[in-house]
Amino acid sequence: MLDRAFTGSQRYYRLLMGLLVFMGLGFAAYLFQLNKGLTITGMGRDVSWGIYIAQFTFLVGVAASAVMVVLPYYLHNIKVFGKITILGEFLAVASVTMCLLFIIVDLGKPMRLLNVLLYPTPNSILFWDMIVLNGYLFLNILIGWNVLDAERKGVPYPHWVKPLIYLSIPWAISIHTVTAFLYAGLPARHYWLTAIMAARFLSSAFCSGPALLILLAYTVKKYTKFDPGQEAIEKLSIIMTYAMIISVFFVGLEFFTAFYSQIPSHMHSLVYLFKGLEGHRFLVPFMWLFAALAVFALVMLLNPNTKRDEKKLKIACVAVFFSMWLEKGLGLIVAGFIPNPFDQVREYSPSIPEIMIALGVWATGFFVLTVLYKIATSVKEEVA
Amino acid sequence: MKIYNANKIIPGLIIFLGLITFPMWYNMGKAAPPPEIKFDTPVIQQMAVKQCVLPKADMRTGHMQLLNEWRTQVVRNGYRTYVAADGKEYNMSLQNECIKCHSNKTQFCDQCHVYAGLQLGSVPYCWTCHIAPKEAK
Amino acid sequence: MDTNRRSFLKLGGLCALGLGALPVVDALGKSDLPQVMNNPQALVGKRWAMVVDMKKCWEKGKPGCKDCILACHVTHNVPDIGSIKEEVKWLWTEPFENAFPGQESQFLPTEVMEKPFMVLCNHCAQAPCVRVCPTQATFKRADGITMMDFHRCIGCRYCMAGCPYGARSFNWKDPRNFIKTELNMTFPTRERGVVEKCNFCDERLGVGKIPACVEACKDGCLHFGDLQDPNSEVRKILASHFTIRRKPELGTDPSVYYII
Ligand code: HEC
Ligand code: HEC
Ligand code: HEC
Repeated sequence: MLDRAFTGSQRYYRLLMGLLVFMGLGFAAYLFQLNKGLTITGMGRDVSWGIYIAQFTFLVGVAASAVMVVLPYYLHNIKVFGKITILGEFLAVASVTMCLLFIIVDLGKPMRLLNVLLYPTPNSILFWDMIVLNGYLFLNILIGWNVLDAERKGVPYPHWVKPLIYLSIPWAISIHTVTAFLYAGLPARHYWLTAIMAARFLSSAFCSGPALLILLAYTVKKYTKFDPGQEAIEKLSIIMTYAMIISVFFVGLEFFTAFYSQIPSHMHSLVYLFKGLEGHRFLVPFMWLFAALAVFALVMLLNPNTKRDEKKLKIACVAVFFSMWLEKGLGLIVAGFIPNPFDQVREYSPSIPEIMIALGVWATGFFVLTVLYKIATSVKEEVA
Repeated sequence: MKIYNANKIIPGLIIFLGLITFPMWYNMGKAAPPPEIKFDTPVIQQMAVKQCVLPKADMRTGHMQLLNEWRTQVVRNGYRTYVAADGKEYNMSLQNECIKCHSNKTQFCDQCHVYAGLQLGSVPYCWTCHIAPKEAK
Repeated sequence: MDTNRRSFLKLGGLCALGLGALPVVDALGKSDLPQVMNNPQALVGKRWAMVVDMKKCWEKGKPGCKDCILACHVTHNVPDIGSIKEEVKWLWTEPFENAFPGQESQFLPTEVMEKPFMVLCNHCAQAPCVRVCPTQATFKRADGITMMDFHRCIGCRYCMAGCPYGARSFNWKDPRNFIKTELNMTFPTRERGVVEKCNFCDERLGVGKIPACVEACKDGCLHFGDLQDPNSEVRKILASHFTIRRKPELGTDPSVYYII
C-alpha cells in the first residue's frame, strides 16, 4: 500500500517539498538549540515550559478527537462516518507524532530520553503519558492500516482488529485525561489545580479536532476523487458545536470560582491573561482574540444553516480551531507559570528559533498527514 | 530469475554495503600503535606497591562498571567509602580519588580512550561536569 | 530423545534465563566483604532539617551580609549567569511578601516587610518534585534529603513546574563560563540541560562536615540537625521558639523553618 505515497500529482509533490522546506528550517533551528542549549528559547527560570509543551498539549487533544468519528461509527453504527474514520485515525497518527516530537525538542538532554523507560516511575504522570501516547500511536497505525488494507483488497478486516478498535475508544479519552493530570495535580500552580482540567481538555479537544477534520475533509474532497460525504461533515459539525459550547461554559466556570471566591491566587492567572497583571499584558490581545473568535464561532454554529453551507462552515471551523489553539496552545500553559511561586510576574514570549522549531514540528506532522491521506485517498479512489 | 529494477537495486545494495562497512575502510592502514599509558604521577610514584582499586586486568576491562557503581552508591545511596578486596579503603569519587593518583588525565584516561576510539575527552560526558585536573602540558 | 523444534526452543529459553540470573548468583557468591560503607566520620540522620533564625540575622548580621550564599555558591560551583531569566541559584534572599506570598499585610513590622529572607530548597517530606520526576533523577534519600542525580536528569523540567518554592534552576546554557568565583576542584559543576538545586551539602555530610552555609554564618543564624532526633539542636530550637514554614498548606511538609 505504501507505494501509493510515491505516485502522486505535481501538486502533491509540491506540497511535500514545501513542507520539507519548513522541516529543514526547523531542523536547522533545532541543531542550533542542541548546540547552544535551551537558552535560545524564550523560556526561563520562571516560565519553564513554553510553546513546545503548549503545542504538545493542544495536539494531544487533536489526536484524541479521532474518537469522535470512531465511536459513533463502531459503537452506534452510524454508517455515514464509515468513510471518514480513516481520516480521523490518520489525523491521530500525525498528531501524536507531533506530540512526541514536541516533547523531545523540549528536553534539556534528549539523548537521555530512554531513561524514562530504563527507570520506570509509576508515580510520575509524565511516565504514564509517554506510555499512553505511544500506545495510542501504535493502535491507530495498526487499526488504520489494516482496515484500509482490507478495504483495498475488498475483504473484511482481520478479526483481531475489532477489539483493538474498541480499546482505542477509552484509550483516546485516556491520553487526554493523563495529559490533563500532568497539570492538574501540581500543588503550586493554582491556574492548573482544578478538578475540571481533564473535562476542559476533552471538551476543547472534541471541538478543535473535528474542526480540523472537517477542514481536511473538504480539502480531500476538493483535490481528490474521494468524497467523505456531506452528511458525515454535518454530523461532525454538530458534535463540534456541542463541544464548543461546553468548552466555553467550562472557561466560564473557572471565572466564576476564581472571581466569586475572590481568592487572589485563583484570580491572578486569569487577570494576567485577560487584563494584565502588574503592568504585564503580553497575552492580553491573544486572549481577547480567543474570546472574540469563540463567540463568533458559537454564533455561527448555533445557526443551523451554517453546517449546510460549505463556506460558512469552513469559516466557523477556522474560528473554532484558532480560538481553542489560543486558549490551550498558548494561554493555558504559559499562564500556569504566571505569577511565579514568589508571586512575581515574569513574562514569556517565544523566540524566533523557538517558533521555527515549532513550525518545523508542525510541518513534520503535516508531512506525515499528507502522505497518509495520500495513501488513504488513493485506496478509496481505487475501490470506489 | 529476473530482478525487477536491477539497475537501481544493485548499485543501491553496493552503496549500502559500502556505507555500513565504512568504519572498517576508514580505519584501514591506520593500525595505530598501542598508546603509551603513563603512570608517572607524583602520587603513584610514591606508592610502595603500585596497585589500583582492583587488579590491573580488572581495572582495564571493568573501570566503567566500577565508576558506575561508585556513582550510584554515592549519589543515590549515600555511601562514600569503598573497601577493596585487599581491605584498602577508597573514597568513591571520580574527580577526587581516581584523579588523585591518575592526575595525568590527558596522558592516561584520554590516551587510552582515544586509542579505543571513544574520545571521552572531547565528547561531552563525565568531564563536562566533573572537573579535570590541571596539568602542565 | 526426539527433539522437535518446540522443545528445543523451550530449552533454549530456559538456558537464556539461566544466563540472565548469573550476575545474581555472582553477587550472592562474593558478599563476604562489605564493599561499600559509610565514611566513619559521616554525619547520619533520618531527616535533615534547617532552622533559619531571621531575627538574629537582622539584629546581629552585618548589613548586606551574604556570607552563607557566597559559601554555598563557591562550594558548589554555582554559576552567576547574570540574567533574571536564566538565573541559577541554590540559596538566596527574597522579601517577605515573595517568600511567604499571601501572608503579607500592610501593618506588619517594617522590619519584617523590608528585610530579606533566606530561601532554599525545603527538602519537603512530601516533595512534589520527587512525585513528578519521570526518571527518579530527583528522589528522596533515607536521610530526608531531596537529592538530584545529575547523571540521570533528562531536563524535562517537570520538577520545576511541580516545585511550589521556585527552588529549582535549569541550566539553559553551559554554566562553566559563568562561574565567577574560584573553581572548587573537589565538586563537579553541572552542564547545560539539567536541573539543579540545594543538596543540603550531602557531599559534606558524607565526610562529617555541616553544610557550608551553616558553617559560614558567623552569627549562628542557621541551625542544622535531625528532626527525628529529639536531642538535636533543631528540635530544641523548634520546641522553644515559634517558627513558620513556607506554604505549609500545600501539604509538602517542608524541612526548613523560620524564626521571625
Ligand atoms: C591509589 C592510587 C590509584 C587510584 C585511587 C586509582 N588508580 Fe588506577 N591505577 C593505579 C596504578 C598504580 C595502576 C597501575 C597498576 C598496575 O600496574 O598493576 C593503575 C591502573 C589503572 C588502569 C589500568 C591501566 C592499564 O594499563 O590497563 C585503569 C584503567 C585505571 N587505573 C583506572 C582508574 C580509575 C577509573 C580509578 C578510579 C575509580 C582509579 N584508577 C583509581 C593507581 C590508582
Ligand atoms: C587501558 C585503557 C583505558 C584507560 C587507561 C582508561 N580507560 Fe576508560 N575506557 C576504556 C575503554 C576501552 C572503554 C570502553 C569500554 C566499553 O565501551 O565497553 C572505557 C570506558 C570508560 C567509561 C564509560 C564510557 C561510556 O560511554 O559508558 C568511563 C566513564 C571511563 N572509561 C572512565 C575512565 C577514566 C576516568 C579513566 C582514567 C582514570 C579511564 N577511563 C582510563 C579504556 C581505558
Ligand atoms: C550533568 C553533570 C554530570 C555529568 C555529565 C557527570 N556527573 Fe558525576 N556527578 C555530578 C555531580 C554534580 C555530582 C555530585 C553530586 C552530589 O554529591 O551532590 C556527581 C557525582 C559523581 C560521583 C560520586 C562523587 C564524586 O565526587 O565523584 C561519581 C563516581 C560520578 N559522579 C561519576 C561520573 C561519571 C563516571 C560520569 C561520566 C560517565 C559522570 N559522573 C558524569 C555531575 C555530573
